[in-house]
Amino acid sequence: MKRGALLGVLLSMAVPPPGASSCSGCHGTAFPIAGRDAADMTRLLWEFRSGVRPSRVMGRIAKGFDEGELNAIATWWAGQK
Amino acid sequence: MIRRRYVLAAGLTAPFVANGAGAERVVIAGGGFGGATAARFLRRLAPDLNVTLLEPNPVFTACPFSNLVLVGERGMAAQRFTYDQIRAGGITVIPAAAASIDPRARTVTTDNGEKLPWSRLILAPGIDIIWNGLAGYDEPAAEKMPHAWKAGVQTELLRKQLQDMPDGGVVVMSIPPNPYRCPPGPYERASLIAWYLKAKKPRSKLILLDSKDVFSKQKLFQQAWKALYPGMIEWVGLSDGGKVTRVEPEGMTFETEFGTHHADVGIVVPPQRAGAIAARAGVSDRSGWCPIDPVTFESRLVPGIHVIGDAAIAGAIPKSAFAANAQGKACAEAVVRLLGGEAPVEPRLINTCYSIAAPDYGFSIAGVYRPLNGALTEIEGAGGTSPIAAPLEVRRLEAEDGEKWFQTITAEVFR
Repeated sequence: MKRGALLGVLLSMAVPPPGASSCSGCHGTAFPIAGRDAADMTRLLWEFRSGVRPSRVMGRIAKGFDEGELNAIATWWAGQK
Repeated sequence: MIRRRYVLAAGLTAPFVANGAGAERVVIAGGGFGGATAARFLRRLAPDLNVTLLEPNPVFTACPFSNLVLVGERGMAAQRFTYDQIRAGGITVIPAAAASIDPRARTVTTDNGEKLPWSRLILAPGIDIIWNGLAGYDEPAAEKMPHAWKAGVQTELLRKQLQDMPDGGVVVMSIPPNPYRCPPGPYERASLIAWYLKAKKPRSKLILLDSKDVFSKQKLFQQAWKALYPGMIEWVGLSDGGKVTRVEPEGMTFETEFGTHHADVGIVVPPQRAGAIAARAGVSDRSGWCPIDPVTFESRLVPGIHVIGDAAIAGAIPKSAFAANAQGKACAEAVVRLLGGEAPVEPRLINTCYSIAAPDYGFSIAGVYRPLNGALTEIEGAGGTSPIAAPLEVRRLEAEDGEKWFQTITAEVFR
């Protein structure tokens, strides 16, 4: 197997969708998100984005993403340990 | 073994042969928030990649929250991190600095004389102070008038000066024009020094001599100063003669176009540029900072070399630890894709930055960024600062959020 192809396989599993890798700058042990339910997280992010759910900082961040992007981020984090 | 050809800027081509029996090597120079993050995430994304981190200091001293150390609210030990866990994760950590770089041969030579080949090189050199960039401010001057803009002995020096200052003393701080590391840092420092003085030396005051007319989180800081430290902090902006033109460390004076200020404790946040290796590698431009591709963080000037963190011209993204961490991850993803022959994917970068105006009074700024027209650009409608109209409880909670952020990010990078 060529290295390029091998790395490609690894990447498809490992590389987070755009924006997702920034999350762990805050969300480690204090506010864990890895392994949470994807649908719950998507709904939370969407509520932060719309302002329905009050927040100190998440609303400001969620507004930088559209629904598809938030869904991809939540799905990826749901699959992490 | 794979072989690739890269087209150099001069129109020449350079042959590139991957290092060793299959394993490609990425070398990272600089083990701060950006470089150490990139090393860890490269290893995580491509476990068979040879990842080598060059860092001459055995202990990293974090700048965020070091303003609390200055005023005795935090021990220096809380700022210190070793590279033991990074090494234990399979990363080769070499206790040396990058001394010279040959971008055609794709090698880096350390200050111990060791020459290392690389497939991709990531430079995360942080900042260097431009000595004499402010007239009179050279290395000996920093022993009298600390900058404390690289945490460590300078932080301890300034802390001692503040402790030794008599009640009724005047603290003067010179603040440079943009860009510099940690845009709200000088104002957080002023706030916390005022907090300390109010409790311990209440007849003292601070004068901030600023080369700008506007600054990061300005309304939030000025609101906090008025509420917490009325009459203690005098901020002099550019238009009011705040620009310092010379310092005299012997006389402890700051000269501006409008007059001279005498200090009992003098602080100089000096003009800065990318760490010295950037210029030696040819990746910094006349501004002193490093132009990059906003998707891959690859240098605009030298192919194969990526630049992240404070040294990079990252468009609208401020020079913060959070941003360096986010860039380290995005750069690691791009490098792994490039090594695998895949097209890089356009990233989204986030920044969040907390400032502490008192130990129980914090606020934040956030931003979301994407590549647009060749630069990292803030996404409109997102980001911004904490609200001006907020109860003290929110300020208290944001101070707590800041502390939790520090614990989380340092654990992700170093523990």
